[in-house]
Amino acid sequence: MNILVCVKRVPLTGGKMVLTADERAIETRHLGFTISPHEECGVEEAVRIVEAGGGSVTVVTLGPPEAEEQLRDTLAIGADRAILLETDGGDWDPEATAAALVEVIAAENPDLVIFGNESADAGGFQVGIRVAHALGRPIVTGLKALAVEDGGLRCEQEVGSARDVYRVPLPAVVTVKEGINLPRYPSVPAKLRARRKEVERRTPAARDPRLEMVRLIVPEGKGKQAEVLGEGPGAAPAVVGLLQKLGVA
Amino acid sequence: MSTLVFLEAADDLGLQALTFARRLDPAVEVVAVGDAPSVAAKVHLAEITGYAPQAWARAIANLGPTTVIAAGTDRGNEVLAHAAVMLDGVFAANVIAADGDTVTRQRWGGSLLEEARLHGDVKLVTVAPHAVAIEETTGEPDVQAFQPELAAGDLIARVAERVEETTAGVSLADAPVVVSGGRGVGSAEGFAPLEELAGLLGAAIGCSRAVTMAGWRPHTDQVGQTGTKISPDLYIPCGISGATQHMAGCKGAKNLLAINSDPEAPIMASADYAVIGDVLEIVPAITAELRRVRGLS
Repeated sequence: MNILVCVKRVPLTGGKMVLTADERAIETRHLGFTISPHEECGVEEAVRIVEAGGGSVTVVTLGPPEAEEQLRDTLAIGADRAILLETDGGDWDPEATAAALVEVIAAENPDLVIFGNESADAGGFQVGIRVAHALGRPIVTGLKALAVEDGGLRCEQEVGSARDVYRVPLPAVVTVKEGINLPRYPSVPAKLRARRKEVERRTPAARDPRLEMVRLIVPEGKGKQAEVLGEGPGAAPAVVGLLQKLGVA
Repeated sequence: MSTLVFLEAADDLGLQALTFARRLDPAVEVVAVGDAPSVAAKVHLAEITGYAPQAWARAIANLGPTTVIAAGTDRGNEVLAHAAVMLDGVFAANVIAADGDTVTRQRWGGSLLEEARLHGDVKLVTVAPHAVAIEETTGEPDVQAFQPELAAGDLIARVAERVEETTAGVSLADAPVVVSGGRGVGSAEGFAPLEELAGLLGAAIGCSRAVTMAGWRPHTDQVGQTGTKISPDLYIPCGISGATQHMAGCKGAKNLLAINSDPEAPIMASADYAVIGDVLEIVPAITAELRRVRGLS
């Protein structure tokens, strides 16, 4: 099966959000970057399906030139090809992102397209669905389990403590959630090999956003000053006192 | 029709979305599928059996709304994304405030906000959970059932069956007390004292993403933006630094007791109470003290 996975480069934000002076981005000078968590699992899932049944995995991202780093990470864990839709790093709204991806996906014509359920940063919850409609393919979202059976897909979605099962024919689009698998770490030789692989570059056509980001805002914290109950094991009686006060002891 | 609220159910999140919508347009009408929610409004009830996101969205699109509002749940976001395509609309997920064409919405699971302008004749928004307080209204629903005109393919993706999971112990999402471990716990074995304390308190065990990625705990234990979102009476994060990824999952906790060796850790900015020191020494001491106190009474 030929699988295409869409991923997004996002900063590793750590403990505190700091914005750039124009309030249009997170200050990333001191931050590393990663693939948005759900999508990292999407790549792993694609690699596992191809390892078990044959085929190929192509990974696509829309992002700045530096997003090559995230594409190479996917090549190092088993993706066969990587395509970078290169932007200047500015914010692309969900519709513009979907339109750029559709152009590539329609040309590649994979059997299965995998997205993350939502990106870690923008959290738009719609690019995969917009792409599925444009391609005229069924989509199932938020998967915690995926299996290829009888030429179609068996999809499991978590609903509280239960699971909803969907069966859809191929070709199809799915979005996955972290927890569907535990992504592997790349080996050092695989990382070195990935460095020599080609990353295909294209320039997507930009369009005016209809969901237009005006500015970002860091929400005000609760301004809490934690009451320190003590240091080390000696704090145990104070903690138990608190548990009793809260009625949970 | 101008404003339509898609109600999965008249539960807390649904009523929050309805409250949000009424503030924008007091004449708002409701669309629902299957069972009519008990709310004081005109309810357009679509006759579709079972969950089929694209068909549910088609029912909304059939009614020709210019504004659609729903709760920011998995299904709310999914159905509105489909409806946005059908109505050629612009969709903003997890909004906390709206003023004309401008909305404030959550990014990073709520760790960051975005002011955004919506361009287009049809606008769809989901309301972030717990962004508005419910205003109750009295009255009966005025239900009008209709058979949606579905398009080819609308029912391909639909729930074929539901499998109930047998989960042992206390459910993380609903537990009144959650004891969580992070990197500071040091290993999978390091969770044993946390489990002992959780057992005494009737608490659920949670963990940070670093722990799941290390393979120390299953993902079902993960609290955070990409894990379970919890709102216990008491949350006890042990050896968790407090990355935004984690805090997005425990914002709802009513009390937070952080146990951490680093008094400068980001988690302290969200903590009500703190104990400074080694988790693996402090947690067993709390368990022993709890046993001692209980033995006295």
